[in-house]
Amino acid sequence: MDELLEILQDLHPEVDYETCDTLIDDKILDSFDIVTIISEISENFDVVIPAEEIVPENFNSAQALYELIERLGDE
Amino acid sequence: MKNKRITAVFLVLILTLGSLYVLQRLLVPKYQTGIVEGSMVEEYYKDESDHEVLFIGDCEVYENFSTITLWEKYGITSYIRGSAQQLTWQSYYLLEDALKYETPKVVVFNVLALKYNEPQNEAYNRMSIDGMKWFMSKINNIKASMTEEENFIDYVFPLLRYHSRWSELTGDDFKHLFSKNLVTHNGYYMRVDSKAQSEFPDPRPLADYTLGEKAMGYMQKMVNLCKEKGIKIILIKAPTEYPHWYDEWDAQVVEFAKNNNVEYINYIPLQDEIGLDMSVDTYDAGLHLNTSGAEKMADYFGAYLKANYDLTDYRDNEKYVAIWQEKVDFYNAMKAQQYDELETYGELVSFGANAIED
Amino acid sequence: MLFTSIEFVGFLILVVALYYLVPRKIQWPLLLVFSYIFYYIADPRYLLFILVTTLSTYGISIVMENINNASKEYLAAHKAELSKEEKKAYKAGVKAKKWKWLLICLFLNIGILSVTKYTNFVINNINSFLNDTSKLQLVDMIVPMGISFYTFQTMGYIIDVYRGKQEAQRNPFKLALFVSFFPQLVQGPISRYGDLAPSLFAEHKFEEKTFTFGLYRLLWGYFKKVVIADRMLSAVTTLVQQPEVYSGTYVFVAMLFYAFELYCDFTGGIDITIGIAEMMGIKLAENFNLPYFSKNIKEYWNRWHITMGTWFTDYIFYPISVCGPMLKISKWSRNHLGEVIGKRVPVYLSSFVVWLTTGIWHGAAWNFIVWGLMNFVVIMISQELEPLYAKFHKRFSVKGKPLYEGFQIIRTILLMSAIRMFDCYRDVPLTFQMVGSMFTKCNPGIFTDGSLMQIGLTASDYIVLFIGLIIVLTVSILKVKVGSVREVLFAKPAFVYYAVMAVMFLVIMVFGAYGVGYDSSQFIYNQF
Repeated sequence: MDELLEILQDLHPEVDYETCDTLIDDKILDSFDIVTIISEISENFDVVIPAEEIVPENFNSAQALYELIERLGDE
Repeated sequence: MKNKRITAVFLVLILTLGSLYVLQRLLVPKYQTGIVEGSMVEEYYKDESDHEVLFIGDCEVYENFSTITLWEKYGITSYIRGSAQQLTWQSYYLLEDALKYETPKVVVFNVLALKYNEPQNEAYNRMSIDGMKWFMSKINNIKASMTEEENFIDYVFPLLRYHSRWSELTGDDFKHLFSKNLVTHNGYYMRVDSKAQSEFPDPRPLADYTLGEKAMGYMQKMVNLCKEKGIKIILIKAPTEYPHWYDEWDAQVVEFAKNNNVEYINYIPLQDEIGLDMSVDTYDAGLHLNTSGAEKMADYFGAYLKANYDLTDYRDNEKYVAIWQEKVDFYNAMKAQQYDELETYGELVSFGANAIED
Repeated sequence: MLFTSIEFVGFLILVVALYYLVPRKIQWPLLLVFSYIFYYIADPRYLLFILVTTLSTYGISIVMENINNASKEYLAAHKAELSKEEKKAYKAGVKAKKWKWLLICLFLNIGILSVTKYTNFVINNINSFLNDTSKLQLVDMIVPMGISFYTFQTMGYIIDVYRGKQEAQRNPFKLALFVSFFPQLVQGPISRYGDLAPSLFAEHKFEEKTFTFGLYRLLWGYFKKVVIADRMLSAVTTLVQQPEVYSGTYVFVAMLFYAFELYCDFTGGIDITIGIAEMMGIKLAENFNLPYFSKNIKEYWNRWHITMGTWFTDYIFYPISVCGPMLKISKWSRNHLGEVIGKRVPVYLSSFVVWLTTGIWHGAAWNFIVWGLMNFVVIMISQELEPLYAKFHKRFSVKGKPLYEGFQIIRTILLMSAIRMFDCYRDVPLTFQMVGSMFTKCNPGIFTDGSLMQIGLTASDYIVLFIGLIIVLTVSILKVKVGSVREVLFAKPAFVYYAVMAVMFLVIMVFGAYGVGYDSSQFIYNQF
């Protein structure tokens, strides 16, 4: 989780990822950010997030994203 | 609450329709000054008395026969149902339309329009059709007359056609929103000015001299309709020489008249007999007659009608005298005004092209 | 049938009236029938194309879903006995099978789209390399109306089914309606099945608010389209079709005119489309969100032609940027080019592909391809400059100040309008030359010497345009301030609510640039 937060902080230092759960809905993360995050995740977690998992529910909060990584890593 | 809303809807609907109606009336051309030809077809309905002679055709009737002279000299009641470049099918439908209101004894049709076999021009179409009342004749007339660019719906709702006139509205459009002045004398369009006939260009030889099937067909329909109603029909070619009336065309009309057992008179060779002097009797260098010419023509033609057709002399009939006196007064007043303008300005200023407002 | 033709208005009245008169069960079938009639009237041959797309998509979506269901059943039944690896392998196998079907569907339909739209473009380009004797013949190809729109919409659906996000529609007629729904055939929006289907197939009772809101939207669309856009069109055409006459400041005028004309034409058309649907209780996706209020180009593309933008993001940008090879490239470039550049590689590459395809999608011409790439370049530059902007904003604390925001908005409009000039001129070099002449040739005298009266617009046209654009601006600002202008009107007494509508109608009737004397213009986006 800390590793993920670090990735996110890198992109938008001003956001409080611990509490924010509207990262997509409030357009804090745009498509460029998402792609950057996914490539970072594949680099650091060895998890590939496929295109069909790019939905607001998975990216709205750091927590949701972390759960996604765990789920995909499990499979 | 709900009822209130429904009332509001209806109220707005009525107001909208009312506004549309007024807007439409405002935006359609009034044809009251300058180009008055667009008022002619509509004006017919205002004339409540009947007529024994009905002229049908284009400018070669409405500028060449003075209906007032026919009355004054022979007591003939007549009306000219003509409009600018009135095509043969338009003439047929206008005749059909007129026969709903009256049954004249004689119908006179000028044959020049036979040269056109196709719809010609939107502006002329609108001038001869817009003024008609809504009956089948009008619908059929529109269908027969529309050019390819035109839409039927534009005739039903002229606003669709004329909406862009909002930027060119003139005083006339407001003044004549609901009432129009008479511009003709029983269909006769008066011009007293004079411009001598000059040389016409040599007629171009045509590839094909056959008069079109559609035009000839509608003339046939006219003849049939008159026969059916017991009306005598006379085909004429007015005495003016331009546009050129080819001998080949003339022969075809002669043939047609013979086959149908109707009369056809070409007045071009009869100019001298009529007494026309084309150096004074035309206002546009020989295309159309002016009032002095039209009066001569009416005098000559009236005598012929009187001699050959069983027409009533209504000058003994008080009712008609009263009606016609008004027309004569209007005729003389306009004539006086036109001569007045001629004298003052050297040309007409409130009639014809000079009168068109910018 | 153009939206602005009297025939279309008649067609519309008939459809909407019948929609509320027939039993509610057959409301959506009615729409299907009339959508096909609409297409048939345009050209009977078009029906063949739309049928192929519909049937192929239908068949393949069912096959894919059957594969899905079978695999789920299999996994459920054999839950206990399969190891994790076995399960993974089985899933991969299923996915490969579906992938094969998806590819067939995409190849077929994108193939039809490409062949109809781009064959002549390709031939022309090949010909430019050949000498005169060996030139290839151009082919006489029909381009079915709105094929780009319905193909994209349908491919979006099949990809969603493939991804398991969307259940397949098992009623072929319902799918047929989704593909062919007539208001959006002409120029979009590109709907998502999941968004559109619920209201498209629902039964709708006549409701005053829904119906009149739709009518308002429709009238507003006609106002923008007929009163403003169609009136400006002749001037834009005059200016861009005689580049040798109209250069320098004229180009600037053409640029602004085209910006307003395109905006009013396209948003007006979409308002008509959405309005028609709304009158029948059907909700279409919004395609614009006041794009000319955007403060930068990225925001602009989030607010202009939204359904196209999200389509490209979801179905091209993401898949490309997260696919295996791309991740490998990303890894490689991080190792070899350093962290800073390496990080950007996937984003840049995918964006490049997206803008290239966006350009191609807009039209079979180099102009559009260059246009797409110009957008790419500008977005990338502004992306790179972002840290610089941030510093600037901090240093001078201008961010959010009205004056500065105004500057940002105008800058964005001008920038987008300049790039858009590729739509207008004959070819790419000419466009560069003309846009360049704006800076090199200075003839602002045309604003005062009456030259602008010679380009097809009269003084009264200018007055109508000026007032019209002020109205559009005012309504746009109102929209920002109050959200829904229609809600505000609806809260007013019924008489006022309907009277405003009636006035709109009368204004369109009188001041609309329709009928004889005006070129009836196709919606600009119709060909795309």
